[in-house]
Amino acid sequence: MSRAGEQTFIYDHPPVIRAHASIVGPKEGRGPLADWFDTILEDDILGQKSWELAEMEMVRRCAKDAMNRSRLSDEDVQAMLGGDLNNQIIASSFAARTLGVPFIGLYGACSTFVQALVTASALISGGFLENALCVASSHFCTAERQFRFPLELGTQRPPQASRTATACGAALLTADCDEYGLRITSGTIGRVIDLNITDANHMGAAMAPAVFDTIAAHLSDTGRTAEDYDLIATGDLGWIGRELLLALAEAAEVSLPPDRLIDCGASLYAQRQDTHAGGSGCGCVAAVSCGWLMKRIEAGDLNRLLLVGSGAMLSPTSSQQGQSVPGIAYAACIERSGA
Amino acid sequence: MSRQPFTPAEYHELVSRLTPPSRMLRGYWRAFWVGGLICCLGQALTLWAQGLNLGEVTAPMFTTGCLILLGTTLTGFGVYDQIGKYAGAGSAIPVTGFANSVAAPAIEFQREGAVMGVGARLFTLAGPVLAYGIASSVVVGVIYWLVRGWVM
Repeated sequence: MSRAGEQTFIYDHPPVIRAHASIVGPKEGRGPLADWFDTILEDDILGQKSWELAEMEMVRRCAKDAMNRSRLSDEDVQAMLGGDLNNQIIASSFAARTLGVPFIGLYGACSTFVQALVTASALISGGFLENALCVASSHFCTAERQFRFPLELGTQRPPQASRTATACGAALLTADCDEYGLRITSGTIGRVIDLNITDANHMGAAMAPAVFDTIAAHLSDTGRTAEDYDLIATGDLGWIGRELLLALAEAAEVSLPPDRLIDCGASLYAQRQDTHAGGSGCGCVAAVSCGWLMKRIEAGDLNRLLLVGSGAMLSPTSSQQGQSVPGIAYAACIERSGA
Repeated sequence: MSRQPFTPAEYHELVSRLTPPSRMLRGYWRAFWVGGLICCLGQALTLWAQGLNLGEVTAPMFTTGCLILLGTTLTGFGVYDQIGKYAGAGSAIPVTGFANSVAAPAIEFQREGAVMGVGARLFTLAGPVLAYGIASSVVVGVIYWLVRGWVM
C-alpha cells in the first residue's frame, strides 16, 4: 500500500469490480439512462409498511443482485461497506441485518458510495479483506420527510433545488489477480470544504468547491492531468453545480475540459422531468456509476474514469441553527484491466 | 493549504451569477389567480350561507369549515401538493393551505403512531402560525383596549 501526495492512496493490489448492480425508482426509470439500469421499480413502496423499510428492501435486493452476479453467497462476502441518508443510516444497517454480512456503516452524505469504494479498496489492497460489497442508497420519500417537508405539503422549490433520487447501486470488489474486468487503481480522500453557503437548497453550490479541491488534490498527488482520464464523473452537483466547478477550475488554472466532465445528478433526469437542478442522494452516483459508467468501461467506450462522489454535510439541526453547508468529495480512479 | 481560487465573498458572487432566478412575474400571476379563485369560492359560500339565514356570525364559520374540508380532502387525494407547486403562496395563504399544512404531516407521520407520530407532528408546520397568530392577536387586542376611547 502506498500513498501519493497529501490525500491519495495508490493501491498496490488494485481490487477488481467483479460485479455491480443498480436499482432505480419509477421516475428515474423514465429518465435518459433508463435503458442502462438493471432494475426499474414499478412503485416507490416495494410492498413495505414504510418508506424507510422500502429503502432497506431496495438495498437488500441490490446487494443480493450484485452477489448473484459475482456468484458469491452471503457467507462468502467478508464485508459490506455502505450508507444512506437516513438518520443513523438505518436503510443500510437494516439491510445488513437481513443479509447477515459483516458491516461497516459509512456516512459521507451523497458521496457515500465513492467513500465506500475508496475505503474497501484500501482494505482489500492491504490484505485485510478478500472481497467487499460497496453499497449506497437514497429514497425520495425518506429524504423529503427527514430533510424537508411532508410529501403532501403544497410547496414550491427554487430552481437550484435538486431531487433526491430513489436509487441504489452496489459493487462487489474482490482481490482476484486475474486480468479481468474493472479495477480501482487509486483513491483520494477529500477534505471538508466550506465557502459559507447557507442555502440548504443549493447543494450544488455548497459541494462544488469540495469537488474541485478533491479533483485538484487527486491530479496533483498522482501527477496526472484531466486529459489522462477519458471521463471525470462528479456525483451530484447538478446542472448549476457543474458550471460552478468549471468556473472554479478555470479561475485556479486547473485544466478541466467540459467535454470530459459529466455529472451523475445532471445525467439521471431530463430537464423536462421538472427536477430543477438535477438528481442528488447517495443512490444517485451509486446507481449511475454501477448502471451506466461501469458498463461503458466494460464495453470499451471508456478506459479510465475518475468517479468523484460529493456530499453536503448538513443536517436539519445545523440548517435550522443557521450554519453553513460544508461539502466533501471522494475520488476513485476506475480503469479497465490492461488499459 | 487552500486550493480555492475564490474567497467566500467572491464565490457567493459567482453562485448568484450562475444560479437562474425564480420566475417571479409568473409566480405572482399564478398566486394571484389561484388565491383569488379560492377567495371567490369562499365569498360565494358565505353569500350562499347568508341566504340560508345562517347569520353574520355563523356564515363565515360555515365558509371556513367548508374550505378546511376541501383543503384536507384535496390533500388526502394527493392533489393539493400539485396545486401548491403551481400556485405557491396563492394556495398556501388561504385557509385551505392551513388545512393542507395540518393534513400533510398527519398523513406523513401516521406510521410513527397516533401519539408520537400524528399527535406530536400534526402542528409542526401550522404550530408557528398558531403560536404567533394568537400572540399577535393578544397584542392587537391590548392596543385596541387602550386606544378605543379615542377612536370610538
